[in-house]
Amino acid sequence: MSGNLARKDRTRAALLLAPAYLWLTLAVFLPLSAMAFFSFLSDVPFGDRDWHVTLDNYRAVFESGTYATLLWKSLKLGMTVTALSVLIGFPCAFVLAKVIRGRAREAMFLLVILPFWSNSLVRIFSWAIVLRGNGVLSGLIDAILPWDVRINLMFSPTAIVIGLVHSYLPYVILTSYLALQAIDDSLIEAARSLGARRRTILLRLILPLAAPGIIAGAVLIFVPVVGSFMEPRLLGGRLGTYYGTVIEDQFVAVFNWPLGAALSFVLLAVILTILALASPALRRSQR
Amino acid sequence: MKRLLLTSALAMIAQGASADEIRVLNWQGYGTDLDWAVAAFAEKTGNTVVHEYFTSEQEMLTKLRTNPGAYDVVLINSAYTAQAQAEGLIDPIDTAKITHFADLDPGLTGNEDLNPAGALHGVPWTWGLTSIAVNTGDFAELPTSLSVLWDPALKGRVSIRDDGLEAVQFAAMATGQNINAITDMEAVKAKLTELMPQITTFWSSENDWNQFMSAGDFAVATYWSGSAARSQAAGLPVAFVVPDEGAIGWLDGLSIPASSTHKDAAHAFIDWMVDPEFYVKWEPDGAPATSNTKAAAALPETSFNRAVLGDPAVVAKVQFMKPVSDADREAYLKLWQDLKAAQ
Repeated sequence: MSGNLARKDRTRAALLLAPAYLWLTLAVFLPLSAMAFFSFLSDVPFGDRDWHVTLDNYRAVFESGTYATLLWKSLKLGMTVTALSVLIGFPCAFVLAKVIRGRAREAMFLLVILPFWSNSLVRIFSWAIVLRGNGVLSGLIDAILPWDVRINLMFSPTAIVIGLVHSYLPYVILTSYLALQAIDDSLIEAARSLGARRRTILLRLILPLAAPGIIAGAVLIFVPVVGSFMEPRLLGGRLGTYYGTVIEDQFVAVFNWPLGAALSFVLLAVILTILALASPALRRSQR
Repeated sequence: MKRLLLTSALAMIAQGASADEIRVLNWQGYGTDLDWAVAAFAEKTGNTVVHEYFTSEQEMLTKLRTNPGAYDVVLINSAYTAQAQAEGLIDPIDTAKITHFADLDPGLTGNEDLNPAGALHGVPWTWGLTSIAVNTGDFAELPTSLSVLWDPALKGRVSIRDDGLEAVQFAAMATGQNINAITDMEAVKAKLTELMPQITTFWSSENDWNQFMSAGDFAVATYWSGSAARSQAAGLPVAFVVPDEGAIGWLDGLSIPASSTHKDAAHAFIDWMVDPEFYVKWEPDGAPATSNTKAAAALPETSFNRAVLGDPAVVAKVQFMKPVSDADREAYLKLWQDLKAAQ
């Protein structure tokens, strides 16, 4: 009887899971394996091009110091953007979850999600208008300060970081908010009644309990930022060459898909390694 | 029914004696297939024109190789004329049948790429340049040398296209080399390394370029002649400059396949394509520069193709691009990537 029930449950579970797994197979596994295949070819297998299986693409990636330099540059960018997003996003999430109540919270929340509603390209171009030498920001500061100010942040690493933080901030706010909301207020009250100072409450109670949310947000930001190409290209100017832009070049400009695929897989491997190395620490913090 | 078919077939053959149907192989929407032009040609000569299109130079060569007799006129970029000739795909042009031949720029008809084996194999038709354009607001006097890109006073207001081949070619011209036979790559590399700090950002499309120029980000930047004409027409304060060191040129010629069966009609069509009457009507639609000096002279004085490119002295300075070997292309790309990554 019970075995029967379990079987029925299993069928039902399979039926419910099928669409998701089918979609994952189609949308993730197939393209990814196609790219894995490409990364071992000497040329794209389109038309009447000659191609054969080779390891040259990976060799090219490892032999040239250029890609390692760029990868390190991109990883640093990822860390900077992630750290800034957490530093800005966590206090914001805390205020949303624990300080503001009712209608005001809904309105604030809307403002946080607003960037998601606009196209990312539009966001970047509006930053370009703001950051430009004779743009909005420069004009505004010049109008406020009595002396002559000319700020040109456009085409600099700062511009890239600003654009990326703006794009990815909502992730860390949303995940931190969910984690903070799950903390029972009575825990904080109990700590306070036992004489804990604000700093102690934050460091020993709130941060450990909210850690899963913060870490989830950080991972959600770090991974795409390391591979980002649009923001560096449009806001970085001459200095905007990163690992992601080189991959994009291989696919769009140079038509060397195999090398682009190999570069992508090296990036994937590096990110997975970083996450794997970090996972014991992350697991400990979640306990 | 059978008789009807037979008579109509006979009628077609009879007509064929006086009027041919010629087949033209070209990029789509590139001059030869303008409705009014084809209609005017049919009215003048009685010959009708059918078009077929290619989307890459390689496809054009493949079509010529695999369909002998299918085409009567083909557009070949001068970089590929020698290859087509060497493969026996195209015949020499009978210049006596091109009535406007004497009006064509001798600098172009004498172009060595169009004259493989010492005979003209493609009638020069249209051409264009990649050179530099400047913001006229920043220059009281137009620069005459490529060294303006390296001018320290313009640091941070210079741009070039994000393209390794083009970057290397500009550096080659600036170091006094031939873009088709670069011997001193070290000099090119040093020159480009010097150029990098000058650059504000790279541009990638005409639209990009116009935005940066109108925002004042650029004082001088590399640009395409056709795009410069459009930017000027749109009201941007831009002047296109062909410096003394030269400019990168492309040249399209019209050739006649060796397997063509309507060679007289094909010559007549090419003659019409270099006719000033045709060009003057085509030019306002954004045509590239013409090879016919009389056609350029017939344009309004303010027209870009007359004022900037109509001067034979300009043609004399141009270095027309030849095919680049895969090995060279790869080396240029690598150099460019390394330079960008080192920033």
